[in-house]
Parts: sequence; structure tokens; C-alpha cells
Amino acid sequence: MRNVYLDHQASTPVLPEVFEAMKPYFIEAYGNPSSLHQHGLRVREALKKAREQMAALINADSGEEIFFTSDGTESSNLAIKGVAYANERKGKHLVVSATEHPSVMQSVEFLERQGWTCTRVAVDAEGIIKIEELRAAITPQTVLVAVHHVNHDIGAIQPVREVGRVCAEAGVPLYVDCEASAGWLPVDVRESGAALVSFSPHRFYGPKGVGVLYRNRKARLVSVIHGGVQEGGRRAGTENVPAIVGGGLAAEISLTELPRRTAHTTALQQRLWDGLRSKIPYIKLNGPEPGPKRISTNLNLSTEFIEGEGQLLLCDLNGIAVASGSSCVSKSLKISHVLSAIGLDHALAQGNIIMTLGMANTEEDVDYTIETFATIAAKLRGMSPMWDEFQRGLIDSVIAPTGRGKSFSQHAADVSGKAAH
Amino acid sequence: MSETYTLYNSTVMEHFMNPRNMGDLKDADGVGEVGAAACGDIMKISLKIKDGRIEDARFKTFGCGSAIASSSMATELIKGRTIDEAMKFSNQEVVDALGGLPPVKIHCSVLAEEALKAALEDYVKKNPERAAAAGHSAAIAA
Repeated sequence: MRNVYLDHQASTPVLPEVFEAMKPYFIEAYGNPSSLHQHGLRVREALKKAREQMAALINADSGEEIFFTSDGTESSNLAIKGVAYANERKGKHLVVSATEHPSVMQSVEFLERQGWTCTRVAVDAEGIIKIEELRAAITPQTVLVAVHHVNHDIGAIQPVREVGRVCAEAGVPLYVDCEASAGWLPVDVRESGAALVSFSPHRFYGPKGVGVLYRNRKARLVSVIHGGVQEGGRRAGTENVPAIVGGGLAAEISLTELPRRTAHTTALQQRLWDGLRSKIPYIKLNGPEPGPKRISTNLNLSTEFIEGEGQLLLCDLNGIAVASGSSCVSKSLKISHVLSAIGLDHALAQGNIIMTLGMANTEEDVDYTIETFATIAAKLRGMSPMWDEFQRGLIDSVIAPTGRGKSFSQHAADVSGKAAH
Repeated sequence: MSETYTLYNSTVMEHFMNPRNMGDLKDADGVGEVGAAACGDIMKISLKIKDGRIEDARFKTFGCGSAIASSSMATELIKGRTIDEAMKFSNQEVVDALGGLPPVKIHCSVLAEEALKAALEDYVKKNPERAAAAGHSAAIAA
């Protein structure tokens, strides 16, 4: 059976040369970078080099503006809480887009329970932030604006340069979560004027266990983890040296590989979407069309009349690894908040599948995925009462309404007694 | 990868991959369609009832792997039961027969129980005389 990994948004394999670069830092160069002897000084140099490599990936001035954390979630927590606490006397208001990663959304909710307030700025149907609403949301009490670069669910590319301009005019620091873009799209902190940027090497062929937070020297930030003066006092705890070394090399390789990565995934993305929509009726792409507003690695799909977890399981049984934002996949039984924010019908959100491409994927992989996914959709539709009721004109399609029958949501509400959230 | 890992146990996966009794029944005596407000899943069970006993059962499900497996197992379990026995059917039977479900997926088995009972109620409503002959009235069912 063919194995097709289409979940590069979740993680990527470590490049062999990255793995080789990490190896000496487990057994040979095992020192703690905080130690003052040879063992410590040696790895301190290695961290310094990795900081420079990370800084270069995002066009930052110097490695001194790079802090290492454990992952993207920790970076978000540090960015949001660290800036909020540092500016508590200035104001207690935050502005975020409605489609930030849960690590941003839930850090904000945590602060709200402690007396901060937050404005969540709406996005349009493609998932792009409404700039004028962002401008209007900023008040004299606002201490931070958080807008991601590329959406983790639907691949929408935010206009970070414009967002940066709005923030600069208002004199409010901007945090840009680049977890879904770094290593695949150019990230330029000078262009956006971002005060803080986060990204994680395991998303671009580096190891897990290290997150990166860039902080412009002018932005105030306090630590949220206490117990040491590592990372300039902004993040206590011994650094994950092997992962940082590997991550640094992965960043350096990414910088030179960016054009090749974009070209490779752009072609496959178009082939995959064209194939799926020609083989499967009533399928919808969520987020912008492939092109300048969408990252080349991501397809977020809704296949009507069937549910996402079943699709995911059958894909997996056929060697295809995908993700889903369906409520059945989430432990909270809620659909992805990103799909809610773009106003996607609940029935379509239920049938959600996310495919994210990488460098190892081939045209053959894409063709196999198209064929297999079409078979899976047909199999699940054969089991679905909704598909049958649509055929009989009892319920209508959301994607291509026929004008016959009631809406899926109305039907679901009728049979369950109340509307699904 | 040499080993295969599964999200659910082998019984659940088996029923998901090869569901029993999937489809509709022509001339069904009772049909129940219910939805789960919590997640949005929808399940439909059709029954053929003869002499107060469930002769045949079919399901159709819009839902996750465990919802499909739960409806497959529920239709297997209720075939041959009297209306009276079927009215006492509990989701726990489905969970046990499937060898357990993850806590967050227990509601899938509840949906199967509800779909079955909705189908039985539909039968009683449509066939009050036959149901009464088998010891049931619409009032009892409601």
C-alpha cells in the first residue's frame, strides 16, 4: 500500500543532515549552556549559532532577539502573557483576530479571567482579517495586537504588512504567529514591523521540542516561567540543546530551499484540488482559492453529507495521513473555531478534512489520494442518511443548492430537538 | 510502518470497516431518525417487525467511526428481539458488545439506542392494533 503523508501542518520528518548535526549534542557535547566551564561554553556557542540561523530565517537584526522555548504553544503563551504582564500599568486591553491558534485564544481567555479585556477582530468568508475593524478595535489601553501570518486550519495568508502599519500608527506592539508559514513562505520582521514572532522548526524538517520566539529589543516582555536566568531572563529552564542545534540548521536550509518548496507544493496543491473537485460532487475548498492569498501547502476541504472522522479513518486505513476540524475529531465535540469564524455551515464543518503537502509528496501520491478519497466519499455517502435524503429531494445541498427540500441544519435540528452548535 | 495502530479497538474498527445491516428496508414497519445535538451526528434505523418480534433491521449513519460501529452493532443485537425486549434496550449493551468506546464517544451508542426507540415508536404509532396484540400501546411507547 502506498503511504502518503498529508499532515505536514502537524509535523514534518527531520532532515538526515539535521539529525546528523544534532547527534554530537547528546553524548559528546552534553554540557549545560549555563555552565561556565568548557562543556558549558561549547554548547553556548552552538546556541549562539542557532540564534543567528533563526534570526536569518525571519530577517531579524541579530540572534540576540531570539529566545528558545519548548514549542509553538509555549511561545504564544510567553508572547501574550509576557507582554500583557509587562505592560499591566499601561493598559489591560488586547486585540486578536478571531482565527488565532488555540494557544493564543486560550492565553487571552486566561488573562480575561484576571481582569484583562480582549477584542476579537472578525475575518471575512475567506478567513482574512478585516483591517478596518482591527484599526477600530485598538484603544489607548491596548498593549498588544496578535494576528497570525498563515492560518493553521485554512491556510489563509493574512496581510501582515498592512496589519503592521495599523499597529505602528497606533504605537501598539504586534505579535505574529508564524508557526504555519515559517520555512514555507518568506517571513520578514522588518516588513511587518512585528515586535514578536513565533515559529517552530518541527514544521520545517527540524526536530520537535524547540520553539522560537523573536522579540524586538524595544518590546517589553516578562517571563512567565520562573527559576533561572536562561534566555535573557525571559524563559527559565535548561535549553533543549540538540533540538536547538538541529532547528537552527533546519532554518538555514529552509531559507535557501524556500523557492523550491513553494514551487513544488504549489503544483501539487493545484493538481490535488483540481482532481478532487472533478471526481467528487459537492466538495468545497474552505479559505482562499490556491494563489497569493493561500499557502501552497494547505487544502481545507468540506465534503458534503458525510462526516470528517470517518473520512480520516478510511484515509488512514488506505495509507493516507490527513487531519480534520470536525467536531467528532475534537475532544470537546466542537467544530474548529476557525471554520465557525468564516461562517461555514455546521454540516460542512462536520465533513472537514485538512490535507497539507510537503517535499516528499509526488504527483503519484496526489493521484492516488484523489482516487482513494473519491472512493471513500462514495462509500461514506452510501452509508449516510443525508445523502439519500438529498437524492430524494428532502434536504438541500449547502454547496450547490437545488432549491428542493429543507436545509441540512434545519433537518439536523428537527431530528435532534435542537440546533447543533 | 510495520505495525498498525488504531484509534478504536479491533471490534469497533471491524464494524466501522465492514458495517452489518447497512442500508434501508423496503416496506419498513418502523423508521427512526435521530440527531445528536452535541456533535451533529445523525442516525437512522429501519425495522421489519413480524408477530411482535424484530425480524430485520438496517441503519444509515452520518457520523464518525464509532457512530457507524455503534449503529452496526445495535442492529445486530436487536434482531430477533420482541418489541418489549427492544424497548428496554440500553446503549450499554452496544458499548459492551463493542468491547468499550472512548469516554467522549459514549454518546454515539446513546444515539443508536435513541434511533432504535424512535423506530419502535414509529411502528407503534403506525400499527396500534398489531402493537396492542403484541402487548403494546402507543401510550406505553410514548
